Amino acid sequence: MPTVLESLNRGLHEAFEQDKRVYLIGEDLLDPYGGAFKVSKGLSTKYPDRVWTSPVSEAGIVGVGTGMALRGLRPVIEIMFGDFSALAADQVINSLTKFRGMYNKQVEVPLVIRTPMGGRRGYGPTHSQTLEKLFLGVPGLRTLAANTLSDPGELLRKAILEDAGPVLFIENKILYLRPVLDSAALKDFDVEDTGGAFPTRTLRIKGGPHPKVTLAAYGYMAELAREAMVRLAFENEIFCELVVPSQLAPFEPDGNLDETLTNSLQKTARLLTIEEGSYTLGWGAEVVARAAQAFLGQLKTIQRLAAPDQPIPASAPLEEAMLPGVEHIMTAVQRMV
Amino acid sequence: MPDQAELYRQLVRIRRFEETVLDAFPKGVFYGTTHTYVGEEANAVGVLSHLKDGDIVFSNHRCHGHFIAYGGHLRALFAELMGKSTGVCGGLGGSQHLHWKDFYSNGVLGSTAPVAVGAALAEKAKGSGAIAVIFLGDGALGEGVLYESLNMASLWKAPILFVLENNHIAQTTPIELAVAGEIAARFKAFGIPCADLDSSDVVEIEAAAGTEIKDLRGEGGPRSLVIHTQRFGPHSKGDDTRDEKIMAEIRAKRDPVVIHGSRLAAKDRQQIDTATDKEVAAAFSQAQQDPLPTP
Repeated sequence: MPTVLESLNRGLHEAFEQDKRVYLIGEDLLDPYGGAFKVSKGLSTKYPDRVWTSPVSEAGIVGVGTGMALRGLRPVIEIMFGDFSALAADQVINSLTKFRGMYNKQVEVPLVIRTPMGGRRGYGPTHSQTLEKLFLGVPGLRTLAANTLSDPGELLRKAILEDAGPVLFIENKILYLRPVLDSAALKDFDVEDTGGAFPTRTLRIKGGPHPKVTLAAYGYMAELAREAMVRLAFENEIFCELVVPSQLAPFEPDGNLDETLTNSLQKTARLLTIEEGSYTLGWGAEVVARAAQAFLGQLKTIQRLAAPDQPIPASAPLEEAMLPGVEHIMTAVQRMV
Repeated sequence: MPDQAELYRQLVRIRRFEETVLDAFPKGVFYGTTHTYVGEEANAVGVLSHLKDGDIVFSNHRCHGHFIAYGGHLRALFAELMGKSTGVCGGLGGSQHLHWKDFYSNGVLGSTAPVAVGAALAEKAKGSGAIAVIFLGDGALGEGVLYESLNMASLWKAPILFVLENNHIAQTTPIELAVAGEIAARFKAFGIPCADLDSSDVVEIEAAAGTEIKDLRGEGGPRSLVIHTQRFGPHSKGDDTRDEKIMAEIRAKRDPVVIHGSRLAAKDRQQIDTATDKEVAAAFSQAQQDPLPTP
């Protein structure tokens, strides 16, 4: 099984091979380095004209990519750490995602911004954050998050080659070295897949009883949620259903809850959202609000698990205690049933 | 060298358009906001007279003059300012967000710079031979992303001309309070050749822009042109805090329409004035009759 990192690297190579309009711009991209997390390895050697290593200018490269996309290319921007996406916020909000609407749909802006997020590596407050929540409410932006269940390289390839609009593509740093799960690795689970370019997958313990709690998680948190789900089943005899979207935004129109979560909540009436980003106004807040609207008065309980609204500490024990882990998930679920 | 009469006609078209906007805005004909180009017309006309089909223009909040000099339709621009469905962007963009053919404007100062550099680099990568021209004001010199853009334009030899229109005032803040050092030195620091011109004469501006654009098409690297100019009107509508006496002196000395108009025979000038008055009035009246979009 390839790792998520290998899968993403393969997805990029395929996109470059399949379409000459694909360019990659970012910091420290050139081989042998191949980007800070090596996702871009080999590309500059194979496609020297289409891989541009850039100055440390996050706003600038997102703007440059926007201009290239506006003029018919399919650029990919690598932002070395997701924390630095804040530097590009104006370009994302007032240019990249604005042009199509404000120019009356006369243009398309097929740009993909790839960036790693997440902590648990001791990088401290400005290199460990999970900031995608700040972009989830930006109209016109599709936000995807790689996970081990839906081939991440294929997710990225489709975002680059097949999507008409701008995409923010989130790669959790811990996830990079995790294996992409094939059917053998998932043999203990019943797996449902919505299909489509950016699928949502649902997992249950095979042969388990009716699930009592719906866990909603994405990215690396889906890994921890899956581990917690197995332990809850075997240690506590609490059975859950895990819903893992690869698309975080846009959400369904008109404030609706997506079909997968709707189906799951019809079974469980209990929802726990799990994310690594900070608690207030996070992804879970939106999911929970929609679930509440869709199931007014019908749900038994709703909880959100997220990091506290504080800077992420560099020190290992402090960081570990702060970011939601398997134990946090298990405790939260036990309190819900 | 474009025809002298044609240059004059283009200056007057922009002037009449903007005067109509300023005159009609208080009457409630338009909706939202606007930033007029009165006094700066020679910049757009002189620079854009060198464009070829497929060349790209990026403009800012003060974009009407650039749009008209680019060849944009007066009726569609009036209609856009009125929020009509026949507007340049169907009324979605309004005064400062225009897109037509290869013309783009956006209202966030400096934010257009990297996008324009990217557009120029895309044309270079595609081998189309097209260049990009971006208009920026002195206000945009305060935005950091501009300097990221100059750096990348120079590193990657983007075929782009940066036109810095220094009208000496950003909204109500005089340049002395907002811009330290020299403007041309900013471009030169990034290895971008810079022509520095203090003029409201379209013929001088046309010649200076011609040299820069010729170099740009030949060697492909970025060029810059600083034009020291004057904004005769308010930043937006009725928000001019400058001394009226000083403004009157500036208008008397620096009016591009008067400066270039003096080269034409009075009869020719009047003929152009009359025809342009009619053209602008007709476009305005057509736009007024155009429908509002249905939500």
